[in-house]
Amino acid sequence: MNKLKGNIKLLQGNEACVEGAILAGVRFFAGYPITPSSEIAEGMARRLPRLGGKFVQMEDEIASMAAVIGASVVGLKSLTATSGPGMCLKQENLGFAITNEIPCVVVNAQRGGPSTGLPTKPSQGDMMQARWGTHGDHPIIALAPSTVNEILTLTIKAFNFSEKYRIPVILLLDEVIAHMREKVEIPAPEDVEIVNRKKPTIPPEEYLPFKPDEDGIPPMANFGEGYRYHITGLIHNYKGLPTSNSQEIDAFIRRLHNKIQKNIKDILIYEEYLLEDADTALIAYGSVVRAAERTVKLARKEGLKVGLLKLLTIWPFCFEEVNRLAQQVDLIIVPEMNLGQIVLEVERAAQGKCRVVPYGRVDGELINPIEILGKVQEEKNNEDCN
Amino acid sequence: MKTVIDSYIREEMFPHIWCPGCGNGIVLGAIIRAIDDLKWDKDKIVAVSGIGCSSRITGYVDFCTMNTIHGRALPFATGIKMANPDLKVIVVMGDGDCSAIGGNHFIHAARRNIDLTAIIINNMIYGMTGGQYSPLTPTGKFGSTAPYGNIDQSFDLVELATAAGASYVARGTVYNPRQSASLIKKALDKKGFSVVEIISDCPVSYGKMNKMKSPVDMLKWIKDIAVSKKVWEGLSPDEKKEKYAVGEFLNKDRPDYTARYKEIIKKAQEMGGNK
Repeated sequence: MNKLKGNIKLLQGNEACVEGAILAGVRFFAGYPITPSSEIAEGMARRLPRLGGKFVQMEDEIASMAAVIGASVVGLKSLTATSGPGMCLKQENLGFAITNEIPCVVVNAQRGGPSTGLPTKPSQGDMMQARWGTHGDHPIIALAPSTVNEILTLTIKAFNFSEKYRIPVILLLDEVIAHMREKVEIPAPEDVEIVNRKKPTIPPEEYLPFKPDEDGIPPMANFGEGYRYHITGLIHNYKGLPTSNSQEIDAFIRRLHNKIQKNIKDILIYEEYLLEDADTALIAYGSVVRAAERTVKLARKEGLKVGLLKLLTIWPFCFEEVNRLAQQVDLIIVPEMNLGQIVLEVERAAQGKCRVVPYGRVDGELINPIEILGKVQEEKNNEDCN
Repeated sequence: MKTVIDSYIREEMFPHIWCPGCGNGIVLGAIIRAIDDLKWDKDKIVAVSGIGCSSRITGYVDFCTMNTIHGRALPFATGIKMANPDLKVIVVMGDGDCSAIGGNHFIHAARRNIDLTAIIINNMIYGMTGGQYSPLTPTGKFGSTAPYGNIDQSFDLVELATAAGASYVARGTVYNPRQSASLIKKALDKKGFSVVEIISDCPVSYGKMNKMKSPVDMLKWIKDIAVSKKVWEGLSPDEKKEKYAVGEFLNKDRPDYTARYKEIIKKAQEMGGNK
């Protein structure tokens, strides 16, 4: 782990999210109480009015997501936080934000599911929901921190990506890192890189709200600043007006995807740990990373050449990086608190160049380092037998 | 010759999608005349709608406009108004949009008394999807999903909005667009949550299934069912079942949500601290 310096505080994961959001410039929060994310709403209710920002507890999760989008259109950096059942309810509005390219950040502190599931226990069961939860063919950015300090830094990143690429960003926590306390380095505001949405530089009469610049991203005028335009969930043309022209429709959907794919190098965040000489790789994300790091250390003590690829950006997926890794190692094990979600992406990326093995746990308990080590040894023995 | 209406619409969006004889255009005209009377700055007006025929109104007017998702126009508008209380925020909804899927948002917007104007175009039917009954379809009337007659009891939006805490509540009809425009104007100008229900006609769905095939039949029916408050008060309970009271029902002053939140900001800043 990196050494922390500067202003060090002992914070809960959800509190670190609040600190990160404030450093990123959040000025609006709408939410609805739900375990295990409620501390984010509570922190925002305390902190936002002191900054002249606004907090509102809405009547449900759907309304919270709607209010967040509304506030962002007016120009405020906006956040909401929830867990599985609430995340389900937010999906339709999430699609509205994607198709209208409205920046916002949505935290999903994952609990066990399906349904009410295990409100006070961790899970990584919503990884594919984050990717495909809202209907239609769409891109998304999702980040998954594994430490309380990373919750702070990735919350800032989430806001920056959402503003830069005009897309909602999902921050995937789980009950354990949302509620655990760790040392966190609070950077000075002047040391934090902040990205704000690109605004139009042309006069209102020339403004086409959904005409992209060369980077694929249209400048965004905030409502009330003299640029009058239309926003609709219908597929729209450069003017923002509904279209049924098949060429315009095709170009629009492709651009939504391309603006993310073209900038994937900027969006992908991952860390490699002892992979240089590894013949076996673990790929982990979220709180499972913590166990996987320990597994690598234990395995090395036993002379096993195990390394770790730690994913911080989940969506878009780091296809090329995993493909390269699959060419280097004989075996990839993907421990996750579900019965095999990200392992499917890993298999796709590996393209048969090495064995890819899932290791899932869904009993509401964390995956521990010893059991991952056991899985490594078991799979190595299988290799030897073959 | 350009009319007042022309200077507020997006001409490129025409022809509109509404059927011949639809009341939506009459309501659009009433909204524009009300705004023109108030001399509001177009740049500071935000019009928000949900999904349905009536919700297409936002596409036709030259303000900042947002055609959101079904039933959720009010929470979108709440975010907009909270984020910038200087904006004038108008929400246009249909009866299904507002009172079925959006019913919870409607009572909570009223409870907060947030400074929005909700205009509900009540044609008593889901028109866009082909004439299914809504929570405002009168008992006994027909819809494509009520082929044997509607057994549901309908909401009275005036009573609902009043009970939930709105500041201004009125009802007009498309038969009387001048009265509707004047009620809308008062609602727009009112601080707090203001509600205007406009009883409208859908000849192709509601009319067709309820023995009023032409727009004229429907307008005559609306003329017949709409009575003034005074007449309404003299009716027996049975007679009331067939009628709608029209006019202004509530006009009271109390601080709106954004004003009260401004006090919260002041209090929080005076208390200070960084926890």
